[in-house]
Amino acid sequence: MRHVIIGAGPAGVTAAETLRKQDPAAEVVLIGDEPEPAYSRMAIPYYLSNKIGERGTYLRHDPDHLDKLGIGQIQSRVTRVDSAAKQLQLAGADPVGFDRLLLATGSNPIKPPIQGLDQPGVHHCWTLEDARNIVKYAAPGSRVVLMGAGFIGCIIMEALVARGVKLTVVEMGDRMVPRMMDQASGNLIKQWCLNKGVDVHTSTRVLGIEAGRNGGTRFRLACEPVDDIDADLVVVAAGVKPATGYLEGSGIEIGQGVVVNDFLESSVPGIYAAGDTCEGMDWGTGQRAVHAIQPVAAETGRTAALNMCGQPTRHHGSMAMNVLDTLGLISVSYGQWMGVDGGDEVHRLDESAYRYIKLQFQEDRLVGAITLGMTEHVGVLRGLIQTRLPLGRWKQHLMEDPTRIMEAYLGATQMTVG
Amino acid sequence: MQRSLYISPDKCTGCLQCEMACSFEHEGTFNPAKSRIKVFTFHSEGRFVPYTCTQCDEAWCKSACPTEAISLDAATGAKMVNDALCVGCKVCTIACPFGTINYNSVTGKVIKCDLCGGDPACAKACPTQAITYIDAEGTGYDRMRAWASRTDNQSAARA
Ligand SMILES: Cc1cc2nc3c(=O)[nH]c(=O)nc-3n(C[C@H](O)[C@H](O)[C@H](O)COP(=O)(O)OP(=O)(O)OC[C@H]3O[C@@H](n4cnc5c(N)ncnc54)[C@H](O)[C@@H]3O)c2cc1C
Ligand code: SF4
Repeated sequence: MRHVIIGAGPAGVTAAETLRKQDPAAEVVLIGDEPEPAYSRMAIPYYLSNKIGERGTYLRHDPDHLDKLGIGQIQSRVTRVDSAAKQLQLAGADPVGFDRLLLATGSNPIKPPIQGLDQPGVHHCWTLEDARNIVKYAAPGSRVVLMGAGFIGCIIMEALVARGVKLTVVEMGDRMVPRMMDQASGNLIKQWCLNKGVDVHTSTRVLGIEAGRNGGTRFRLACEPVDDIDADLVVVAAGVKPATGYLEGSGIEIGQGVVVNDFLESSVPGIYAAGDTCEGMDWGTGQRAVHAIQPVAAETGRTAALNMCGQPTRHHGSMAMNVLDTLGLISVSYGQWMGVDGGDEVHRLDESAYRYIKLQFQEDRLVGAITLGMTEHVGVLRGLIQTRLPLGRWKQHLMEDPTRIMEAYLGATQMTVG
Repeated sequence: MQRSLYISPDKCTGCLQCEMACSFEHEGTFNPAKSRIKVFTFHSEGRFVPYTCTQCDEAWCKSACPTEAISLDAATGAKMVNDALCVGCKVCTIACPFGTINYNSVTGKVIKCDLCGGDPACAKACPTQAITYIDAEGTGYDRMRAWASRTDNQSAARA
């Protein structure tokens, strides 16, 4: 049996390890196109702030880890998948055949339709190579414009500020992290950033990037509705989308990402998908969704591998969940934080302390949550949402005081169990 | 045989000796706020519930970690945070469905119960044996696991 995995990120590496553990006799081949040992994109912000070196971003610290497991590795780009012939075309390398295939190719950053993005000094923040470029241009005192205050944008702000740059953020949405935070918390994060000396323009668009004038900064950004902004470095963080271009003509069903069933198998039997690339079930909404986050990459990588080696394992779906540290202000969002029809909502806001908690219920079950400025026991929110635990009388306590989440959790589990 | 922490909330008097012992063991100060085991108070019922990591087998924190900073201590079964590798991304803190791995903003790292290398200070400090350190196969041990397992990927069936 020959298992081939495309993509050496967290999903691909977790899958390779799981396959090896479960099926010691099988051949496992991992194909990745980046010229680096398998690393974690998530660690990039900490590389940017000099907290770790490049090695600190590596997914596995033993350089021979994959070799020791007997996992074959090919550094090349897959350009085509021939599902019928069970064969992959590689850029500049011989074709590779497979019995079972895992698509774990992650996402690509979205390039907004703007003039002037293709030049040195304008970079995404998605790969280690991007990070090296950012380091090159983000000298202390330089002017940096961050296009996009989404999740990735916010997470690298701290690193950019730590490098001593003069930072300006331009976001199209009407608040910070609009896809993860509601109005109240998104605005508080903006206020926090302004207080820290970062210029933030929400509801603002960049129209184009031109060369700077009079030998000042490298670039000048035309914006609407604000005045032009000068920059030495532009970091483009305008969102990501599943990397599926190489699947054209493969017959594999693509929605937003590779559409998978409950066993993470695509529309073509024997071909599976995991991580940012896959579009599985959001178990909260029952709709298909792409959840481009690290924990989902690891979980789906493992589950897909179990299915590939003949251990039918249902994936119960994933949910959106994020934790964000924006210049020291920690925010968390889970599941259906925007609420559900006929559900109940409760929140508690302390603006001056930058603390906020919002809970969303469907009957007596928690279905979504947002927190700001909380670091203790936040994980139980996931536990409560994922287990669909009926809170019973504890729901009413939470409606009166949503901060009593641990009590409600223990009360509804321990007190009834024991 | 591996042992684990067994908690009997009904024996807990809320004296917080376990929190003091934990913070002293790990942080060198008697400061319940820095403890990795927490005692929750239910005023209306007059009950106390000590609570900490159950060291689950397929640990969510460990598999979510992007830098391999959480590893298994083969001797004790504890999931250990390696401070040198932890970058403080906090992803484990939202992945653990029990909320027992938390971010420490002073150190910029996460902290969790490490079973004190096999001799847990909380169990030694507890005057009423509400916290004991017993054989993992021992009777009743599954009490904490009972609700732990509800969240396990494998068993969290879509009801
Ligand atoms: C700066 C930054 C910060 C982040 N912070 C967080 C965070 O705090 N929390 C969180 O949950 N998530 C975070 N993420 C997102 C997280 O990194 C991703 O969800 C995760 O990397 C997805 O893993 P994956 O294995 O699916 O894909 P990837 O890690 O993207 O790996 C896919 C690999 O496949 C390769 N590949 C693609 N196409 C081909 C092909 N045709 N042939 C061969 N190889 C190919 C890619 O080059 C890549 O190496 C962050 C991402 C970035 C960039
Ligand atoms: S911290 Fe949470 S996920 Fe990690 S071992 Fe403990 S209970 Fe399990």
